[in-house]
Formats: sequence, structure tokens, C-alpha cells
Amino acid sequence: MKLALLIATVDPSVGGVLVLGDRGTGKSTVVRALPALLPSMKAVEGCRYGCDPSANGSRCDECRERAAHAPRGKLPVTDRRVPVIDLPLGATEDRVVGALDIEKALRNGEKAFEPGLLARAHRGFLYVDEVNLLEDHLVDLLLDVAQTGENVVERDGVSVRHPARFVLVGSGNPEEGDLRPQLLDRFGLSVEVRTSTDVAERVEVIRRRDAYERDPAAFLAAWDAADSDVRARILAARKRLPSVVVPDAVLQKAVELCVELGTDGVRGELTLLRAARTTAALDHAKTVTNAHVIEVAPMALRHRLRRNVLDEGGSGTRVARAITTVFGAP
Amino acid sequence: MATAVPIAAPDDDGISARARAAAALSVLAVAGHRIGGIVLRDSSAGAQQWISVFRARLPDTMRVARLPSSATDDRIFGGLDLAATIARGVPVAERGVVADAHGGVVIVPLIERMPVPTQARLGAVMDTGVAQVLRDGVNAEFDAEFTLIAIDESEEDAWGVAAPLRDRLALVLDGDVRVDDEAVPSAREIATARAMIAHVMASDEVIESIGTLCDAFGIASERASRFALWTARALAALDERSSIDEGDVALAAQLVLAPRATRMPAPNDAEEPEPPPEEPPPEPPPEPPPEQQQPPETPPPEQPQEEPEPPAEEAPDASDTPPPESDDDRQMEDRLVEAVTSAIPPELLAALLARAQRPSQEQGKAGAEKESWTRGRQVAARRGKPDGVRRLHVLETLRAAAPWQRARARASAMRDLPERSLIVERDDFRVRRYVERAGTSVIFVVDASGSAAAQRLGEAKGAVEALLAESYARRDRVSLIAFRGTTADVLLPPTRALARARKLLASLPGGGGTPLATAIDAAITAGVSARRAGTMPVVVFLTDGRANVARDGKGGRAESMRDALDAAAQFRASGLAAVLIDTSPRPEPMARRVAEALGGRYVPLPVVDARAIAGAVALAREVG
Repeated sequence: MKLALLIATVDPSVGGVLVLGDRGTGKSTVVRALPALLPSMKAVEGCRYGCDPSANGSRCDECRERAAHAPRGKLPVTDRRVPVIDLPLGATEDRVVGALDIEKALRNGEKAFEPGLLARAHRGFLYVDEVNLLEDHLVDLLLDVAQTGENVVERDGVSVRHPARFVLVGSGNPEEGDLRPQLLDRFGLSVEVRTSTDVAERVEVIRRRDAYERDPAAFLAAWDAADSDVRARILAARKRLPSVVVPDAVLQKAVELCVELGTDGVRGELTLLRAARTTAALDHAKTVTNAHVIEVAPMALRHRLRRNVLDEGGSGTRVARAITTVFGAP
Repeated sequence: MATAVPIAAPDDDGISARARAAAALSVLAVAGHRIGGIVLRDSSAGAQQWISVFRARLPDTMRVARLPSSATDDRIFGGLDLAATIARGVPVAERGVVADAHGGVVIVPLIERMPVPTQARLGAVMDTGVAQVLRDGVNAEFDAEFTLIAIDESEEDAWGVAAPLRDRLALVLDGDVRVDDEAVPSAREIATARAMIAHVMASDEVIESIGTLCDAFGIASERASRFALWTARALAALDERSSIDEGDVALAAQLVLAPRATRMPAPNDAEEPEPPPEEPPPEPPPEPPPEQQQPPETPPPEQPQEEPEPPAEEAPDASDTPPPESDDDRQMEDRLVEAVTSAIPPELLAALLARAQRPSQEQGKAGAEKESWTRGRQVAARRGKPDGVRRLHVLETLRAAAPWQRARARASAMRDLPERSLIVERDDFRVRRYVERAGTSVIFVVDASGSAAAQRLGEAKGAVEALLAESYARRDRVSLIAFRGTTADVLLPPTRALARARKLLASLPGGGGTPLATAIDAAITAGVSARRAGTMPVVVFLTDGRANVARDGKGGRAESMRDALDAAAQFRASGLAAVLIDTSPRPEPMARRVAEALGGRYVPLPVVDARAIAGAVALAREVG
């Protein structure tokens, strides 16, 4: 899960992350801890959508307007925290996509758009706990926006489009009811979280949690250094990512792996390669190796197998088997 | 059936149950929201008695809110305050019950009636201590840290508390939860302990033993260990000690960990220091017996061994004993394991020892899911006048009115009408609209009789599996009825958890007569109730149609056949859609007759071709 989130942080274009696992295995805790780990981002000052100052193409209408009038098209810039937005179960659609600002409408009779959660999550993370309990149409909507990177609102007589590029992180418990295959496929990476079977590790978890509950401030201070290490690693990986090359031989193997597993479409291959490149970047490597592909193959592919739905949880093993077939025994 | 059901030593059991109830009560009063809350599995009267004793131990100022299970999300978590919104002309947020109860207690009676998503949201609020409201034009956050008491009156073998919420409640009391008032520390003692709890130290050994116990009993959730630790702290604080001792851990483990156990630790009779007990995933044994269907009746074979051990009762005394004499950790853990084992309810213990996975049975019993099913999803509101059936969509109405406010205000000023902050006209009214998704509910009625078994039960199973895969893709619900001997049993109520259907099917034994009439009757009942639940039922019979057991349970082919055709006529009259898949080696005229009587499609299964069946069912779906 950690690797999957790191990959998504470095290269959001891998698509969302689906986290499956038992309750109480720390899924939410990890996601909610993200803001502290992430490097801050530059954003256009005063922009309600947190537009990226350097990306001219994907600005919101407001920024485009402002840029047209600003000297040399430059807009003031501030530092912001990367947003990690929690989508509460039971949120209604108007709050998610945004809607007519009633307050302004009532007070001034003015037609103004009030951005929703999707706007707040722009360039960050949108976390949905218990994704299988969310209403189907909301999930579809989220996936759709996550994929296009743009939120188009046509309601209440307002017509707005604004960029909304975010990493969708969904968590759920497979026992609670199956997830639709269409939904699974739309997530870039999928990881399964299990409780550690190592007693010492579990004990350490309890100890740290307890230390945190008893004195949060001291705990955070103690771990600050470790946090900044991770931050530095993310930044370095982002910088390196564009220059990471994928040798043809590795590409060949990755495709073979997908063929062996019979994944539908090319989404599997693309995600596999993106994830492998990002992993290489995180590893300070210049080229992608088979090892990187093998490392990310389970999370990139396991939810894309043309499944025998009734074969419970066997997809992880199937990926492992295919890896052995394609790459030879480890 | 109830041959040797241990109505075990009522006295003994009664006392330990009381001690448990008292211990849980004082722990909850001391630890409060840190351990989430408690599930009381008892009748309302028993639970009320417990709660009244509990309330008497809390400070007078503490807020206690009751939350009816039918409360809507906006009342529970907060939403739009309609009156204030209209009066002021701007959306005004309203606090929900959980925000009002911040720092206090929330009681939910009849939690089994609360929809699963609502329960999950309650759990989410408990995680963060904040109720986040994002609905109907309101963005707000309210502090909501509270202790939850859920009263679960559902049947013995089912959980009314949905799993996501259950995981966030440390304590469970099952059966008789009443407490003796005198057995519980006084309000003052509790208050002292409350003040102290945050300062109670936990030694490394304590933390290690809790981690080991969680692992040994196969408890995945880290919440359990956190709750156990706070429970132990509460116990130490009640005893006015500033550090946790072994007795605290033992009792905490009994209260928090034992009810969550999913497996038994491997017995380590040898004294070898080999901490991690072997790690066999508790996979269901190859012969998961049909007994699982009727757990309460099956006398657990291990029962006799359990009885002599006086269970939980011993522990409260244990907490009085001085801190552990310097014996080594291993021994301490052994004793703790023993303590937990003694507190595991006997049926659960039997199930665990049989390595059968009981939790899988509790899961998916999501009766409440029904709600979202029938309610359908809301679509854009439409102009119209609200009446008894159509409900006013306040927000959309306000939205519709909003842009005109200035103009209307001007107009009404010109006509010298009294000034109003909000002018809503008839044209603004919007009513709610829902679209109900007509989901399909596929009811499989599988002939497991001797004649079918001899022939092709296995192939029929294969066919059902193919259908299940198909149903999965369509998000259908599936239920399973099997008939043989003299009865037809609902093996699986409508569910989307298809893996379970498959498991049940795989373990379905064959043999006995063919009570076809009874099976059709059962199918009618299931079909009608599926229809009432808002889904479109399709009944798939897999049988050779050769009925030989009549409705009265007696044999006789002619009689049985008459009954079967009679039942089939009733089935047809009820308007349910059916497919009959003939499982005999070559097309069986009887089966065809039954299919015709049912008014359903007849599909012979000459060579197993699962796809052909899937096609047939798909067709029935469209027709039906």
C-alpha cells in the first residue's frame, strides 16, 4: 500500500489506488497521514481550484481570465498543502461536483458557482472509505472525472468546467459485497492490506499508536525527520521520472506478462509500465528493470484478470504464477 | 434436535455473565469514547436495565442522546436547517444528534433496523471524532466524540450491528446483560478512574502480550489491540494503580479479544520459545458440513471439556492479585491465552475448533441493504406540487426561487406588500424523484435428491456456477434453495456475496427423495418476498422433475406428481418467471410437464453447456 501510494504521488497519471483489506488494518490511517508526508505545491494565489501556475493548458476559466489581464500572463503564486479530501459516505451529488451558490443567489440574486469536493481535491487525493457502500452513480461520476481530469457541471443553470485531476483512493472490504468489475478496472493500482503476521511488528504498531494517543505532539516531532526523508524521496523521484527509460526487452516482457494473464485492453500494460517507471524513479534508477516490473505487477494487474469470479482471492497467486512463467523462477 | 444443548449450568453461567456485564459497564464508564462503545445483545428490557445502571455512574452533566434506528442521515449527522434557512434566506446548517452528544453517549436501540451505510457512517464519525456534513447545500463540520451503546435484538446467529461499526465498538455483551447495581463501583470511584486513565502506564510486556494474543486468536483489526490496551488501563485505573498488571490484561482480553477470536492458538505444549504459533490460514475444511446451517442446535462436541472451567468469573479477582511475580513472559502469555479461551462463547469455541469460519456466516446478512435498493437513486427534481406521495425537495425549491429574489422583492415593494426575506412562488416548488433500479433476484432451486445426485448433481452445480458468474456481472442478487428428503431449505437468502453461494453449493450433499411440490412452494414464498423487496425475481429450477415425495412428506409417485403440478399451477398464478433446467440424462417428459405447469421455459441439459443455460436465464429475465 505504501508503494502504491508513493507511486500515485509521484505520477498521478497511473490512476487511482484501490485498497482492499480487513477492517482495522490501518487503511484510513495511512491515507489520512498523507498530507504530512507530501511536499507542498505551488498554486495560483486565490484560485478556488488550486490551479497549477505552470500548466497553462489546464487552468480553470477564472485563472485563464485573470491571466489574460495580468502582466505577461503571470499570476501570483502561493505554496499550498496538497489536498487530501475525505469523501464522507452520504455526501450528496451537489456537494461533490459543485452547484449554484445558493447563498449568493439568495442574497444578491447572483448566479455564482460554488465549487464542490472535486474542486478541492484538484491536484491531490480524494479518499473514499468503504467504496462499496457509496452509491453507484456517485462512484461512476468520480471515476469519470478522475479519468478525464475535468469536472463538467451543467446544473441549476450554471455551466462550468474546471480541471479536477486527483488520485482517487478507495478502500473497502471485499467480504462486504463484491465490487463491480467495471469499477475495479478503472482503478490503476489495487493492493490488499493484511495484518502483519509478525508478532513483533504488531506489537510495535500497538506501541506507536499508544505513544501517539498519549502525546500526539511529541510523537509527531519524533517522526518528523522520517517524514522529511520520504518527502525528499518523492521530490527526487518526480524530478527523475521523465528521464527514466524503459528498455525494449523489459517492455517486451511486460507485454508478455499481460498476455499470459489475458488482461483485457491495454490499460493493464500502460499502468504496469507507468508504475514500473515510477518505482525505478523512486529507487534512484535510470532504467526500468525486470525487477521493477515484477515488483509492481501484482498491484497493477491483479484486479484486471478476466476473472473466474467465484475463484476467491486467487488473483494474487495467478499473477505470481504468470510472473514465474514469463520471467522464470525467482 | 436440541438433544444435548447445554443450557449449561445456569447458575454458573449466570454469575459469570453478571460479572462480565459489571466489568464491561465500569470499563466503558471509565474509558468512554476511547474504546468506541458496546453492543448489547439482549432484549430491550435487559439492555435498559444495564443502561440505567450505566447512566447512574456518569456525571450528571454528561449528555445522553437516544438515536432511533429510523433516523435519517441529516438528523444524525447534521444537515440543512429548514426553518432557519427559510427565515434567513440563506442555507443554515443544523447540528445532528451525534454533534449534540459530543463528549457524551449515544444510544441506538434496535440497531439491526438501521441501514448498513448509516451504520458505516457512524463508524466513520467515531474514527475521526468529527461529523462532516456535505449534503443539500451545507458544508459543515461538527465535533462529535461520543460513546456508542448499540442495542442489538436480532436473532442469535445474526449480527444487527454491521461489521464496519462492530469493529469500532470494543465491548460486546451477549445474552443476559443485566447487572447488579452493587457489583459496580460507585460514581465517585468511576470519576476518579476517569481522571486517572490517561496516566496509567503500559509496560513493554503488557503491549507485547496484547500483540501476541491478537495474533494467536487471529484478530486482524488493530483496533482490537488498541481497545484492549485502553480497557486494561481502565481496569488499572479503577483499582487506583498507575500501571497495568497481568490481571488487567487477562480481563481486558476476555472482554475485548475473546468475542473477536477467529481461530484457536496452536497448543504449544512444548516449552520451546517459538513465539509465532503456526500460521495456517483458517481455510474452510473440505467437508464444511451442512451443520453450519443450524449452529444453535448442533451440540458442540467439545462442550463437556469446557464446562468444568469457571469462565470469566475468575478474572475480576485476578485483577486484585499483586503484579506478576517474576515468572517469565511465556508463562504469562500462556495464562492469558487460557483466560481468553475460557471467555470465548462455547458455540464459537466449537466452531473455531472445527476450524469452521463462523464470521463468514454473519457477513452479508445485510438485511438493511434492502433500503437503498428500494429507495433507488435520486434524480434531478422536477417542478410539481408536493403531496402525500411526492415530497418537497426543499433545496431545489430554494434554488429555483433564488435567482428571482431581487426581482420579486422589487415587485412586491411596488405593490406595497409586506417585506419578506424570501419569496417562494408556486412555480418554484420542486419535488423529489427517484429511479428505482429494477434489479434481478435469481433464485436457484436445486434438486439434491438421490435421483438427481445419481445423475448429475455435479453438472448441475457447474451450471449454477456459470449462472452465478453471469449474475455477478449483472449485479443480480442470488439466493439458493435446495430440496431433498422431505424438505426444501433456503440455504442462502438473497445476497450479492456470490462466493458464499458457491461455497454452499459445493458442500451441498445429495441423496433422498424428491419433494418437488414442497420445493415449488418454497420458491413461491422466496419469489414473492423478493418481489416485495423491489427486485424482479427469476426462479431457476434444476431438477429431473421426477417427484416422489408429496407435500405431506409421504412417498408415492402419482400423489407427489399431482402435488407438484398443483404447486406449479399456483406458481404460475403468482406471476413469477421461471426456468426449469432438466438435469436428467435425456429429456424427461415429467420435467417438461412441470415446466409447462410453471409457465416457465424448459431447458434440457443433455450435454452440459453452461452457456446455453445462461442464455436461457437471460431470456427469462427479459420476458419476465
